[in-house]
Amino acid sequence: MATILSFAAIFPLNTLGHYIHWHWFYISVANLTVIILMIVTFVAALLLPFPGRRRRKENQ
Amino acid sequence: MSNAEIDRQWTTRLRRRVEGKLPPEKVLPDTQPSYVASWIYVFGVATLASLGVVIFTGCVLALRGPQWWHGSQYGHFVNSLHLWSVEIFFFTMVIHLWGKFAMAAWRGGRTLTWMTGVVTFLASIATAFTGYASQSNFDSQWITTQAKDGINATGAGAYFNVLNLGQMLMWHIVLLPIAAVVLTALHVILVRIKGVVPPFEDDVKPAAQKVAVGE
Amino acid sequence: MTKKAFRPDVDAPEWKGGHTPYDIIKEGTIALLVIALLTLIFAVVFGSPDEAAITIKSWSNADPIDFATTALSELNGTSISASYGAPYNHNGASQQIGPLQLAKWVGVRIPINSAQNFVIEPLKALPNEPTLDADLKQYSSASSSTQTGWLNAYAKASADMKFVKGQVVVNTTNAGPVPVMINDLTTMARSGALDQDLLNDNGFYTTDYTKPLLFLADSQYLGNLATEQHLGGDQWGMMNETGNYPGQAWLWLYTFWYQIPPFNQSGNGDALVWAVMMVLSVLLLLVPVIPGLRSIPRKLRIYRLIWREHYRDSGGSS
Repeated sequence: MATILSFAAIFPLNTLGHYIHWHWFYISVANLTVIILMIVTFVAALLLPFPGRRRRKENQ
Repeated sequence: MSNAEIDRQWTTRLRRRVEGKLPPEKVLPDTQPSYVASWIYVFGVATLASLGVVIFTGCVLALRGPQWWHGSQYGHFVNSLHLWSVEIFFFTMVIHLWGKFAMAAWRGGRTLTWMTGVVTFLASIATAFTGYASQSNFDSQWITTQAKDGINATGAGAYFNVLNLGQMLMWHIVLLPIAAVVLTALHVILVRIKGVVPPFEDDVKPAAQKVAVGE
Repeated sequence: MTKKAFRPDVDAPEWKGGHTPYDIIKEGTIALLVIALLTLIFAVVFGSPDEAAITIKSWSNADPIDFATTALSELNGTSISASYGAPYNHNGASQQIGPLQLAKWVGVRIPINSAQNFVIEPLKALPNEPTLDADLKQYSSASSSTQTGWLNAYAKASADMKFVKGQVVVNTTNAGPVPVMINDLTTMARSGALDQDLLNDNGFYTTDYTKPLLFLADSQYLGNLATEQHLGGDQWGMMNETGNYPGQAWLWLYTFWYQIPPFNQSGNGDALVWAVMMVLSVLLLLVPVIPGLRSIPRKLRIYRLIWREHYRDSGGSS
């Protein structure tokens, strides 16, 4: 297995980081991406219709 | 032996208490209230699942000791799994927190459920921090030498020495995980006992309400 | 069940409505599989960072002048660690929160004498160095005013410090034994021997890196490398990770305070930030019992989205 499979990352993020700097606000693009994704996921969780509602109604 | 004697036993009393509060149909329910119909509800179980993956990958990382991952590409890969499971764990936990806040999920005698959740969140932050401190690489050198000032300023640095790798590793892989798992278990048990919080009763006059359980 | 006024942010109505089938085991299994798969994808695609640790050897070889300057600051007591205060020594004012001098009250629990621990003791450990031994004896037996005179003379001349052919060169004649001590410590550091010597407190085995980390943290070198990687305290560094990896983004609020006054200008900044975070953590913990705070969700009305099917079915109320 050791010789067949490489466990190295496909897109390693080891290059010098990208940062957004605005007055005292200073954030890495990576962290900002995570935070934006969290907000997007939260909003999506609120808005997207939850499946299985029809079946629920029949069972009520 | 009389029944009265059996009734007085600690074991009997504990068992009855548990049975009363947490019958099997509450531990492993097969139905849920019909208002539970939103994607926001999946973030609790997602946090729990992430915690499972965090612990599993951490255990694999532990198998060959704290330095293994620096020199082995398999070790490094397991470290990557551990890192990303932690990122997902916090990601899902914070969304779970936002969601439960939006629902005011402490209502109806669920204050302790909220509180165990908050303490678990704080314990998880401490656990992650000690993990960063135990990496034994440049990142941990910098993080610990910076963090020492904050912790020293509280007086805790005298006993919780972030520059002591052995101490940080022990907290990361023994003490704090035990705390996090126990707190999580308490939190989940409380959720099972109390159930998920019902919706706000909009348009209903407050005084006419029957109150379930107060604080 | 009791009859009393209904407090909408504290009490919840008992659910009298319907129930739907719910397979908790299936849900848990699916969640576990999805999270495991996501973890696997991220790990395979992005990997994880592992910037190698620096050593005192690598530091003193990369920047011998910074090392020698730091060594001088350990010897003359001007380094961060030498003038830290509790828990390391009594040489500085510890941070305080108003009248609460928490660090000072706990006291010196991890004693560090920078001159002795980082310079004199390691030099004493070097074998077969008769000149150095004589110089160390001369230094130790001198009065503190004589020592100060030597150190000041060396410090003054060290503005023009050079590193030539493996030697620290400082143009001074009245610094007594100090030039030899600093030069020999630099040589020792460059060989890697100082890394080992700072770890030998517990004999053969060790897991405690307090001394070498404090020494490294006194340098310009570590801070410069960290700043290059955007890890500096004024760069929200605690949140950040080396390279382009996400870091401890959940520390955003803790890190945030360090960027604004009064925290970023106060000598008590760390203590103040911790105090603020403790208060905020307790507030978060106590949200359910704090009037006003616990009403926010009801007023935000995000819950109308979460339970929109319920409200639709019940025509606005349940």
